[in-house]
Amino acid sequence: MKPAPFAFARPESLAEALGLLAESRRGSNAKVLAGGQSLLPLLSMRLAAPEVLIDINALPGLDRIEADEHGVRIGALVRHSDLLVHAGAARVQPLLSRALRLVAHPTIRNRGTTLGSIVHADPAAEIPMVLRLLGGSVRVVSLAGPVEDGRSSPREIEREIGAAELFDGPMTSTVRADELALSAWFPALPAGSGVAIDEVARRHGDYALCGVAAAVSVRQDGTVATARAGYLSVCEVPTVVELDEPLVGVRLDEATADRALAAAGELALTRLDPADDIHATADYRAQLARTLTARVLRAAYDDAIDRTPERTR
Amino acid sequence: MTSPRSRLALRLSVNGTAYDVEVEARRLLSDVLRHDLRLTGTHVGCEHGVCGACTVLLDGRPARACLLLAASAQGAEITTVEGLANADGSLGPVQRAFKECHGLQCGFCTPGFLTTIAAGLRENPNPTREEAKEMVSGNLCRCTGYQNIVASVLRAAELGMTEPGPEPGTGPGPEPGAGA
Amino acid sequence: MTTKLIGEKVPRVEDERLLRGQGQYADDLMPGALETAVLRSPHAHARIVDIDVSGVLDVAGIHAVYTYDDLTGPMAEPLPLLIPHPTLTHGRTQYALAKETVRYVGEAIAFVVAEDRYLAEDAVSRIEVAYEVLPPVVGIDAARAAEHLVHDDVPGNLAARMEQRVGDAESAIAAAPHRLGLDLHVERSAAMPMEGRAVVARWDTDAHRLQVWTSTQTSTGVRAAVAAKLGLDLAQVDVMTPDVGGGFGVKIVHPWPEELLVPLAARALGRPVRFTEDRREHFISSAHERGQDQHVEVGFDDDGRVLGLAVRFWHDNGAYTPYGLIVPIITSTQLLGPYKPGAYSVVFDSLYTNTVIVTPYRGAGRPQGVYAMERTMDAIAKHLGKDRAEVRAVNFIQPDEFPYDHGLIFQDGRPLIYDSGDYPGLLAKLKRLIDWDDFETFRAACAAEGRRVGIGLACYVEGTGVGPYEGAHIGVETSGKVKVAIGLTSQGQGHQTALAQIVADELGVRFEDVEVVAGDTRRMPYAVGTFASRAAVMSGSAVALTARMVRAKALRLAAEALEADVDDLEIVDGVVRVKGSPSSRIELGTVAVLSNPLRYAFDEASQAATQFTVGDPGKPPVAEDDEPGLEGRDFYSPERSTFAAGMHAAVIEIDEDTCEITILRYAVVHDCGTLINPMIVEGQIHGGVAQGVGGALYERMEYDESGQLLNASFMDFLMPYVTEVPDGIELDHLETPSPLNPHGIKGAGEAGVIPAAALFAAAIEDAERIPIRSMPISPSELFELRRRHTDPTTSEEPPR
Repeated sequence: MKPAPFAFARPESLAEALGLLAESRRGSNAKVLAGGQSLLPLLSMRLAAPEVLIDINALPGLDRIEADEHGVRIGALVRHSDLLVHAGAARVQPLLSRALRLVAHPTIRNRGTTLGSIVHADPAAEIPMVLRLLGGSVRVVSLAGPVEDGRSSPREIEREIGAAELFDGPMTSTVRADELALSAWFPALPAGSGVAIDEVARRHGDYALCGVAAAVSVRQDGTVATARAGYLSVCEVPTVVELDEPLVGVRLDEATADRALAAAGELALTRLDPADDIHATADYRAQLARTLTARVLRAAYDDAIDRTPERTR
Repeated sequence: MTSPRSRLALRLSVNGTAYDVEVEARRLLSDVLRHDLRLTGTHVGCEHGVCGACTVLLDGRPARACLLLAASAQGAEITTVEGLANADGSLGPVQRAFKECHGLQCGFCTPGFLTTIAAGLRENPNPTREEAKEMVSGNLCRCTGYQNIVASVLRAAELGMTEPGPEPGTGPGPEPGAGA
Repeated sequence: MTTKLIGEKVPRVEDERLLRGQGQYADDLMPGALETAVLRSPHAHARIVDIDVSGVLDVAGIHAVYTYDDLTGPMAEPLPLLIPHPTLTHGRTQYALAKETVRYVGEAIAFVVAEDRYLAEDAVSRIEVAYEVLPPVVGIDAARAAEHLVHDDVPGNLAARMEQRVGDAESAIAAAPHRLGLDLHVERSAAMPMEGRAVVARWDTDAHRLQVWTSTQTSTGVRAAVAAKLGLDLAQVDVMTPDVGGGFGVKIVHPWPEELLVPLAARALGRPVRFTEDRREHFISSAHERGQDQHVEVGFDDDGRVLGLAVRFWHDNGAYTPYGLIVPIITSTQLLGPYKPGAYSVVFDSLYTNTVIVTPYRGAGRPQGVYAMERTMDAIAKHLGKDRAEVRAVNFIQPDEFPYDHGLIFQDGRPLIYDSGDYPGLLAKLKRLIDWDDFETFRAACAAEGRRVGIGLACYVEGTGVGPYEGAHIGVETSGKVKVAIGLTSQGQGHQTALAQIVADELGVRFEDVEVVAGDTRRMPYAVGTFASRAAVMSGSAVALTARMVRAKALRLAAEALEADVDDLEIVDGVVRVKGSPSSRIELGTVAVLSNPLRYAFDEASQAATQFTVGDPGKPPVAEDDEPGLEGRDFYSPERSTFAAGMHAAVIEIDEDTCEITILRYAVVHDCGTLINPMIVEGQIHGGVAQGVGGALYERMEYDESGQLLNASFMDFLMPYVTEVPDGIELDHLETPSPLNPHGIKGAGEAGVIPAAALFAAAIEDAERIPIRSMPISPSELFELRRRHTDPTTSEEPPR
């Protein structure tokens, strides 16, 4: 299990990196290496064999976490473990640290990058789903026009891809081969809202058989105003389901909410497509989706109530 | 502009010593440590990042050496199991705890546990039993059933209170020209 | 007398080196050795039409490529069938490199030697093979149906059918007041040591000798195989076992193709050559175990006493049978556990499938046997509405019935006679440890909180320490240091420590002065290997006997030197002294000097030993029936196996909605006879329990119908992490020494893993009130089982 041969570059400026990536328009099959925690196993198993590997770890300024009242922006070199313990990020969008705690094991989180996980677009991964649930986005950059011979400097163009447009299929994102993902943005948790995430994995730290995150907002009277849930491992791309219909106007801290929560689970399943694999049947995954939908909705609801104690209870 | 190359001259800093090597770009850090630098204490159990036997410290933080190209480790201070003993050569607290608590049997996974725990205890010198388990939750062992490894983490914390081990990643910087 | 070390928790002498990263595993040795990679079959069953290696030969860094056509003489013959058996009528083994046909995904086809492993893998990917794909046989059902054959000349895919009976089980069942039938299944798992297979060899062109270091459980076996296959004299081959990163059975198989090809290439190329298996290769080209279908018929009385037991089972032996029928024979004999059925019959079929070979994995057929028996005990208890522990108790062999002869033939070809034990004593301890009698109170309290809990127990008896023999060589150097060599190998069980404890006690020397070397054929050329929990029994007894021999010689020489009677002497901390007169003393090192009359002097000790300064000039310097040197070599060869025993209990909780299973408590009582080092024994049990948990709840080999192994990685083969094993194992020992060896040792290596599948099946069944008939079980499978069970159109167990 050793990688096939490739050429390696470790650019020290963005322009250099983009120039190397632009080569890929001429068919050079380049791959970006950030944390490499998903890419290296693929290389070693020779399931991926790029001709060129562009290690972006020496690029300056990509390891920043910026958290303000609007949201959290993370650079391409921010490691899961850095974001996990970032107090500002946890305050602005608490779902981030709660989700990151479920990503693999601490050692993998030390090296793996949060943005890398998003762009890798694994439908079993937590962070792509969280980005999708929260309605975040990814900023990418590339060089405009044909690659020049270096005499004139080509123009850099950035674009912001919304999470809803980011995931194309299993392990496929809409980031082009000549584009470098620079940063991801997660919106802040709005006032009156709460979030939660839970998953069931065969072993602690494994990819989940099913994972669900929820965002719930509550009204003054303690009833649900809006509710949505995001799903992983039960659909080909991270999927968000709006669950207002069964839940609006319901207080989820009452036993009578059981029926509404069950209805939410059933509604979600109409949008999901759980499949059989060696670890679980489709029906079992559906059962997990139902169970976890109810659990995380309750938890997100409780979170929302906890954040606005003066209004209810 | 740097053009991509398939062979690279690298300078790696391992356990405070600088090593110059010339390797293929695709060469994994685990292989460079073991076969080029002859630091064979770092073991390879799966080469897909799951077992943790190859865990080394990169600037003091645990990382899988099989999931790193050697080329990507340039500029970082690497600590391997060979760098965990005390300055006077005696066993460091984590190593001593493993011996006292019978935390190892065949010894193959052990280096990855030792590096992981050494870093974990620097971050959290007084872990609860749950935290001790979380600390080693990404490392596979087929011999011990983990019972004595958890005990070793807790014992190492006790020992570390009185005799702090070396500070991986904060040791002397690379010395130009030293090493292989 | 020196402080007794046997029975003490002595810290391991192995640890210091391993903790510093100074262990020496096969891949750590011989820097600069050429490295290798193997082209393996991508098909479960195919005819090889053509192999084209032309794309590889002239590539820089590639030294050699071997295919079957390059093999000659014994290397071109099939690999040895290590343990033939009269009932193994259709034993088959593979070739070192496939000849014409491949029969499992992973079978070796070509062997590349290169500067490094990267280049070797590049070369493997450039070899082109044309295959004619043949229909594969995957799973026991397909093997039995025999619509297709794994081997053209093996009808019905049947390698062997074996039958044993004691009494007339069928009639006893027919006449019994109660009868039950159970269909059971156990899935494949694997030993999966953290270090895979690895071998490195060097041909000494000056001395014409081959040196092989291999990660094995039997260095003497590998040595004999390499010599035979390469056409070398045994005396030209040395095999050394370096540090071994776990074995758990898989490394007892030998010679692996690579264990022959590496020495072959080293000799041909005149350069050291290494093979280090990667993890994917370990999944598809080493060995698996456990897969069986079983049918049990049992007749019993109102107390649950088993009057007749008839077992029929089908054993999946994979594509070849290099290790014979050891696994199913053990299942068929160890199934009886601590019980004495009125009559017993067992018939098994060992069947070929197009999958990886099946050879012993820790427990070696016992887990399956215990599973069949314990599932039966639970079914009897349920049928009668009786306590599960009580039903077991009425079937126990009683302490006054030993030695107990089952009337069967065990895996070693000898009568199945239990040496000693106290099964009621074990059960009493277990019930106390797990609070068996209070469980219903706990269950009710949990139920009130909406929690679903269950408890189970499982009992086993483990034949350990099988023969034929092991030996030891012990030499006392003139420094007083004691050098011990044993023939079998160590894979982390702490043999260097435990055996040094025995030698220190027996010889009367300091523990620190004893050094044990294992598995080096230069030091001990006669040995069998490490398997069947036999090292402590066999080598432990061998070192004890040898130490006694050396002690006797030391006392004889010392008596002469001190002009004392042998019976008046004692050896304490390496000093022979006259009891009650401590000033009359001589160091063992000095005795070693006296034992060896020399002509030449190199140092002070040898000066003291030159033939001119000691001895009676009127007699030969070395007496007629004596040898120079304070050393000895002796062997222990027992009449039959020892039998350890144990009982496990677990309390589990199952999530109502997700079917996730949490282990709340795990208790073990264990009897391995005399404990040499309780710390090591407990470590062995901990590890076994974790493997048992893995085998019961997480691990399985997922073959698809085309014979592809779908989960050949640590991502998908779910070995437990710390988060999956019990948080604490409650452990108690009982010591009923074996009468068969000097220290009453019984062996403990496999114990922890044996009852786990049976135990968790019992606990889950207790929590769910659904019959559990197939293990391992995942939450998904439990969910589906719950659904099927609540569906009134299906029924798991038709009433009989």
